[in-house]
Amino acid sequence: MPKHQEIKKVLVIGSGAIVIGQAAEFDYSGTQACTALREEGIEVILINNNPATIMTDETTADRVYFEPLTVESVKAILEKEKPDGLLATVGGQTGLNLAMALTDQGILEEYGVKLLGTEIESIKMAEDRDAFRSLMKKLNEPVPDSEIIYTVEEALAFANTAGYPVIVRPAYTLGGFGGGIASTEEAFISLVEQGLSASPIHQCLVEKSIAGYKEVEYEVMRDASGTCITICNMENLDPVGVHTGDSIVVAPSQTLHDKEYHMLRTASINIIEALGIVGGCNIQFALHPETSEYFLIEVNPRVSRSSALASKATGYPIARLAAKLAVGYSLHELKNPVTGTTFASFEPALDYVTVKIPRWPFDQFSEANRKLGTQMKATGEVMAIERSMESAFQKAIRSLDMKLDGLFLPAFSSWEVQSLKEILTEPDDRRLFAMLELLKRGTTAEEIVNLTGISPYFLHVLSKLIHSHQDLSEMTWTEITQDRLAYAKKLGFTDQQLSSLWNVPANLIRTQRKKWGITPSYRMVDTCAAEFEAKTNYFYSTWSGSTDQRESVKPKVAVIGSGPIRIGQGIEFDYCCVHSVIALQKLGYEAVLINNNPETVSTDYETADALYFEPLTSEDILNVLEAEGIDQVIVQFGGQTSINVAKELEESGITLLGSTSELLDQMEDRDRFYTFLESIGLPVIPGFSANQPAEVWQAADDLSYPILLRPSYVIGGSGMIKLNSDEELETYLASAQIEYPVLVDKFIEGKEVEVDVLSDGKNAWISAVFEHIEGTGVHSGDSISITPPLNLPAKMLDHVCDVSMHIAKNLAFTGLFNIQFVCQKDTLYVIEINPRASRTVPISSKVTNVPLVQHATALMLGTEFNDLGIHKNFNGQRGFTVKAPVFSHIKLPDLSPALTPVMTSTGEVIGSDSNPDIAIQKALTGASQQLADLWSGKGSIYMTAETANDTLIGEWTDKGMHVFTPSELSFDEWMKRSDKKALLSFESDTPLIKKAAIHRLHIWTRPETAQAFLGTLSPRKGAFV
Amino acid sequence: MKGTLSLSNGQSFQGIWKGAAKDVQGEIVFFTGMTGYEEVLTDPSYHGQIIVFSYPLMGQYGIQTAHLESESIQPAGIIVTELYEGALEKGISLFDFALQHNVPIMSGVDTRSVIQTIREDGTMQAVMQLEGKPLPAWKPIRTFLVPHVTAKAITTHGDDSPHIGLIDFGYKKSILQALLDRGCKVTVFPYTVTTDELSDYQLDGLLFSNGPGDPASLEHKLADYKKWATTYPSLGICLGHQLLASAFGASTEKLPFGHRGANHPVMNMKTNRVSMSSQNHSYVVKKDSLPDSLSVLYQNVNDGSIEGVQHNELPFITVQFHPEASPGPAEHHEVFDTFFDLIPFEKKVSTHA
Repeated sequence: MPKHQEIKKVLVIGSGAIVIGQAAEFDYSGTQACTALREEGIEVILINNNPATIMTDETTADRVYFEPLTVESVKAILEKEKPDGLLATVGGQTGLNLAMALTDQGILEEYGVKLLGTEIESIKMAEDRDAFRSLMKKLNEPVPDSEIIYTVEEALAFANTAGYPVIVRPAYTLGGFGGGIASTEEAFISLVEQGLSASPIHQCLVEKSIAGYKEVEYEVMRDASGTCITICNMENLDPVGVHTGDSIVVAPSQTLHDKEYHMLRTASINIIEALGIVGGCNIQFALHPETSEYFLIEVNPRVSRSSALASKATGYPIARLAAKLAVGYSLHELKNPVTGTTFASFEPALDYVTVKIPRWPFDQFSEANRKLGTQMKATGEVMAIERSMESAFQKAIRSLDMKLDGLFLPAFSSWEVQSLKEILTEPDDRRLFAMLELLKRGTTAEEIVNLTGISPYFLHVLSKLIHSHQDLSEMTWTEITQDRLAYAKKLGFTDQQLSSLWNVPANLIRTQRKKWGITPSYRMVDTCAAEFEAKTNYFYSTWSGSTDQRESVKPKVAVIGSGPIRIGQGIEFDYCCVHSVIALQKLGYEAVLINNNPETVSTDYETADALYFEPLTSEDILNVLEAEGIDQVIVQFGGQTSINVAKELEESGITLLGSTSELLDQMEDRDRFYTFLESIGLPVIPGFSANQPAEVWQAADDLSYPILLRPSYVIGGSGMIKLNSDEELETYLASAQIEYPVLVDKFIEGKEVEVDVLSDGKNAWISAVFEHIEGTGVHSGDSISITPPLNLPAKMLDHVCDVSMHIAKNLAFTGLFNIQFVCQKDTLYVIEINPRASRTVPISSKVTNVPLVQHATALMLGTEFNDLGIHKNFNGQRGFTVKAPVFSHIKLPDLSPALTPVMTSTGEVIGSDSNPDIAIQKALTGASQQLADLWSGKGSIYMTAETANDTLIGEWTDKGMHVFTPSELSFDEWMKRSDKKALLSFESDTPLIKKAAIHRLHIWTRPETAQAFLGTLSPRKGAFV
Repeated sequence: MKGTLSLSNGQSFQGIWKGAAKDVQGEIVFFTGMTGYEEVLTDPSYHGQIIVFSYPLMGQYGIQTAHLESESIQPAGIIVTELYEGALEKGISLFDFALQHNVPIMSGVDTRSVIQTIREDGTMQAVMQLEGKPLPAWKPIRTFLVPHVTAKAITTHGDDSPHIGLIDFGYKKSILQALLDRGCKVTVFPYTVTTDELSDYQLDGLLFSNGPGDPASLEHKLADYKKWATTYPSLGICLGHQLLASAFGASTEKLPFGHRGANHPVMNMKTNRVSMSSQNHSYVVKKDSLPDSLSVLYQNVNDGSIEGVQHNELPFITVQFHPEASPGPAEHHEVFDTFFDLIPFEKKVSTHA
């Protein structure tokens, strides 16, 4: 079926801010979809208020609306743009929910807009529990028995027929709060009672537990003519019970025989056919390890995190082709873009394995509940490709970019065996490392299989690694032969790991290894296991066999990516890497990208001239650079991950474009940095480096409280804390694991401002100045910020710009850097200089319409500053733009929502308007549904006793807000109200705010944050710019 | 022990020798499915060949008797990147299975490079032997293999109806099973059965099975097969498809490296629907050789080759791919139903799977 000719203009719905469970994968799928539509000559209009995305670039869509993802905003856009079609299946659950609401309210019909791809009835069928279950019954597809219950008696009646174990899921509680799995009647009764009381509507879903089954997923596509194909299947290492987003996943499946593989494939095709999906769909199954009996767990009628993973694991661009199917094409009419000769209607054959490991935030949030269950907690993930499972695991573990000792988590070395085993039965994010540690201590693979229910196959892989590690550790360097070294490399051991086993420098191993000719080969991801010739430039390394040669003629530069998304190092760095690639291509270079995050646009093999899917250690990077013959790299755009390898790359003779590693160190080493500031005549915040507790005490005495403690080289303020007294310091020093040296600074109360600067060391340009709404003590990533500054005196703004230019001209640095300032009355202190792209770069670029990263890349490669064509600072920035942070507290129980120097937000949105209050309102209502409700006059707020005072209450009630305080209603009573929306609690951390957070409420812990919202309730009048 | 895989184009590859210590020579072919080694290794169509698996990990789910397509391992030798030898959830290990059947495995081979060579130069003769031994004389690729795999005697399975005659060129058990699952009585005949013998069995239809080798090697039987297909409603699968098309005047040719895998898209020319098929063949029916009496029923989406034909008047259809799957996608079982629709028969089959 050819393309629908009547579709000329399409509105695409993006997924909004990054939250746990809905992240960068939707930038990838959204970007692919927009590109695919524009290739067809279709005009693409996009709504998405997440600035840190490639999707929202003007080069991706024809027009971008940074508006809240609400029915009202979409309606206004439909009114203005009058598109022919709406594509909602690339915007995650947000997109689907909006599409359903727009259909239900008759808005699509009113504007004559066709929903593209899967019909709304099919989406509803997949999303509605009862409709879906009855369809599955009709198809004879088994779903686990379940029942909605309101009383213990009803629950028991269900359990008596279904049998134990039974899962209890309270309705409308998040973070898994109040639910669990019961194996006995006694435990079940207490769990149901707990669940009913936790649920605001006193309702639970009880479901026969299939925990312990293998969890297997299929990515399926279907076109309107009924052709169905499965792109990939994936097997979770973790049996059913751990969310697939929190599971280690391999693709393709390893332990399913052909009959099982195709039984589930056939079921997938029957289901997608019965639902009538047009596009991509994800189907999850539970498979009994012995009987091959299976159950359907879930169907997602849209592209998803799993489809992004499947696309990267197979090379098959699911979202791109789903968009083509949505405008009418059939699969057999579309070419397979990888081979260019075969068609899209085929199923990829892999001749390698892929391993995905989630990246969790618990190294930064030690107080949060890290148990894994049915709620996803990971912020990101890594993928590794290899031809053996052992080396794929090693690569994936390295890619996590965690503080590890090879295969081992250092903290576990002091754990008792029994405590480690507890993690096996009650899994948390460290289960993989607990298994590796236990294997090292002699626990048998069989016992671990029994404790975890994980397939013996995977334990065999892990034990093989541990046994080889032990064998290798018993050898000495002098005994190492060419064969032994080749064997170690094939199993994925790095020169670094081997160097610590053999007590010789990694360089020595590397040199000898190369003498023996042991270097990796690079194989192509070609979707067809070499059956057909392919043209793709998507590669992975492996330690045997030959290399699939890549043709190249132009000079080459490598861009180092940022790895998995974690708190403090998000999608913005992927945005920067992609822009750097674009710039290199424009300048006539071949851009070679190295990264390991399967969710992102940078790892779309169509982005760079060559994509190497590799861990980001210096060894892995150097191997690629040597194979490609590259001697220039860009490390400015991959966040702290790429900065961390700068020195080693440089020592190996690689040129870092933009600056030396010496300068990076000067900016990051506190003493050297302060010396630098003083040398150029700038005031420094009083502070010291302390190498031991006594020095911390000395520093505290010299500085007087409050003080700020932090480690060097951190992401997202990890480990940073404000301390107000000797008592607090004593408690902190006693409780925390502290890595010395730590930096001890005087805590300056004041206003924070940050600046992005483009510089070649002689000329500089300030793209934007961001004022933080909250004062010092709140991490810049968690604060609301506004550009241009609203409350900064003109004189101070000039001063900020002057100091920024002064710094730029005194730094031998080319590219982009970010300065964080604090203004205390008339004094301006530099808090830090980040010699790399920052979180605000995409926003700066978008508000000034200047491609900052592309300019930075051009400068690094010798373009003259004057040729960039930018002059006036801020480039005549239009109106005000406000960035608001978005949090995922509902997914992270026990994590305090109080704003501190440690970043906890997972994403951000922006709002723009010529009136700052409207810009703030757009950002805040786009960031939080609760605030959107409050703003439209729906809902009540609660003030704690310590926070509430007559003036404050008056301010809110004057604006028509419904305010409760403890004198009228206890907090617990208020929590039972259906109109509860936001909590004001300005005193130090209380249990109340954690409770409110996992109930999805908005929480204000700083007066400035609350005031910012209050101001939007009656926006000021007049012209502002 | 190390082993060497030598190809007749002069290239050689090293690996670790596992299992039976004997040299083998055969035509080297590759299979691209990611599961299904149990079925592939026991599929008689691979008889005498050296099989290379493109998927690098083999043996993770062991071998279960229920999944075997014949009694023994059919290829002469097995080439893999990595053989799994750890604990299994069930069944015996691939290593033990190969040892029992006296078939050597070479592991640790750069299979992707081997496959790239076959892709460039076509399938060719190859030798597997322990490292350091001198190369034996090259033998021509064997094309007449059916006698080695056909039934030794006539046997009957099931006792319901219709009664289908399965002409055995090296059939896979799952073809027999697909018929039995539909309530058939099936009599298996050696390919050398005579017309008179067949007529003694009161058959309602014939199934010409898959099998190894060149269809041209059975040219002397084509006149009989044409007669049978004129007499009985018939279904041809793989070699059976090539033989029936040849019997009615089409000619066949050898593909450079065949189709062997689980992801070959075919289009049903009646419905325009594309689906994935399981394939294992070197030879195809030439497109321009098709007589007027036959029309194309299925076509390969990638290379346009013929994947199935039907006779314009007689009740017979053929498919180049494997509707019985095993290994591979199970979405072509409808081919059996179409076959049954061709059989004039009182008690229609009731148990469509």
